[in-house]
Amino acid sequence: MKKLLELKNVSLTYYTVSDEIKAVENLSFDCLDGEFTSIIGPSGCGKTTILSLIAGLIKATEGEIFINGNSTPSHDNLAYMLQKDQLFPWRTIEKNVYLPLEIKKSINEQTKEFANNLLEKYGLSEFKKKYPSQLSGGMRQRAALIRTLVSNPSLLLLDEPFSALDSQTRLSVCDDVYKIIKHEQKTAVLVTHDISEAISMSDKIIVLTDRPAKVKCIFRPTIEGATPLKKREDKEFSIWFEKIWKELH
Amino acid sequence: MKKDTTQFSPKHLLYIKKVKRENIFIFSMRFIILALLLGLWELFATLNIIDSFITSSPSKIVLTIKDLWVENNLFYHMLITLYETVLGFLIAVGVGFVVALILWWSERLRRILEPYIVVLNSLPKIALGPIIIVWCGSGSKAIIFMAILIGVIVAIMTMLNGFLSTDKNKILLLKSMGATKFQTLTKLVIPGSFPTLISMLKISVGLAWVGSIMGEYLVSRAGLGYLIVYGGQVFKLDLVMAATVVLCALATLMYAFVALLERLLIKEIKK
Repeated sequence: MKKLLELKNVSLTYYTVSDEIKAVENLSFDCLDGEFTSIIGPSGCGKTTILSLIAGLIKATEGEIFINGNSTPSHDNLAYMLQKDQLFPWRTIEKNVYLPLEIKKSINEQTKEFANNLLEKYGLSEFKKKYPSQLSGGMRQRAALIRTLVSNPSLLLLDEPFSALDSQTRLSVCDDVYKIIKHEQKTAVLVTHDISEAISMSDKIIVLTDRPAKVKCIFRPTIEGATPLKKREDKEFSIWFEKIWKELH
Repeated sequence: MKKDTTQFSPKHLLYIKKVKRENIFIFSMRFIILALLLGLWELFATLNIIDSFITSSPSKIVLTIKDLWVENNLFYHMLITLYETVLGFLIAVGVGFVVALILWWSERLRRILEPYIVVLNSLPKIALGPIIIVWCGSGSKAIIFMAILIGVIVAIMTMLNGFLSTDKNKILLLKSMGATKFQTLTKLVIPGSFPTLISMLKISVGLAWVGSIMGEYLVSRAGLGYLIVYGGQVFKLDLVMAATVVLCALATLMYAFVALLERLLIKEIKK
């Protein structure tokens, strides 16, 4: 399978008046096409910074990042999903989902139809004309995911997208998002501090060191189960949990 | 959406009755307080317990308003003050909005201008009265200028704070989609600052009145502020009170107009 995302010796240093801070140092990893990768590490180790680097929001001080073999970041083949749904409260669900199309000036009948098909497929078409405040937390998160899918990106960047949800909703939304991403055959990079979440969703888990962030080790949990919820029920789940927990502490 | 009340349970109906009764009570109390105040004022004035030469009285105020209307063209004075206030309000709000936009756009400019804004904000604008008179003459122009001066700084600061409090994560989201700064402004910052705009309008209405009346105290040959100052100077408290009552009514009306605008706009956006 081809490499969709590739980081080669990426370093990032930033400056404050009193300090020079190495946030990321010599970081290299790659993600295969269709793979679900989680990045996990101690808090404050620069996990979010890595996503910003991949998204091209910050430029790396050293090293290179390739998406689809292309080193210049393009907003067309990736989409970002942040903490909380970040839906605009003054826009209807439909209009929220159209937002990336408007920004990229690619809104036309064809792309609108694509968006509407997604809404239809994932059970949101009856809420199309509703405002985010009229939907449940899980529904809103699903709408936010569809918003990332409308511009048909090949890479999804997920920055702790479930952290604002209560634990019940979190499990089901986690399941929901996983199924949709797999169904749409997207490559995803998830940043999280939740070990169980990482194990239940990922094909590959990258454990980072303290700042400056480096790859400490990589796990490939092989757990039977079609969905995150099923995987959580497996015996091996706790074994993997323990392994990763040890690496983090 | 009105529900059919016949389907409500007796306890529910009782609850509705209680809520209604409470509302009626609140309204009647408001009215009673007003009536009591006016009644006692009038009574004490007729019984000569208070000197109506200094305090005036409700009946005298009504008579004065009637006289003013017939003889001194009260309508003209109202119109003058209203014109100055509305124009001062609109210009202050418009300039405030645009300047806030520019300051949002350029962080560098914002940092350069910060001390100037702080000084202008803390300066009592009335101190600039003489300068304004020299520059703008002693007519409506000076008064409008005063109204703008008093309103505009607060309008800028309120609006800028609104723009700057835009959710950083939402800005990040738009950036990740490749949005330009202009798109961020039109798609997120401006629509997101709608509640701030409304509160800015409400604050500015009040300040525009402060500015126009203050301006009329300084320089004027007409207007409600002029009537108040003139009444004070010739010791006609009836005139002062009458003009104040009319002013109260006008200011309330204008505030109500902004509140109505708010509701209409919210409906429009919810569509």
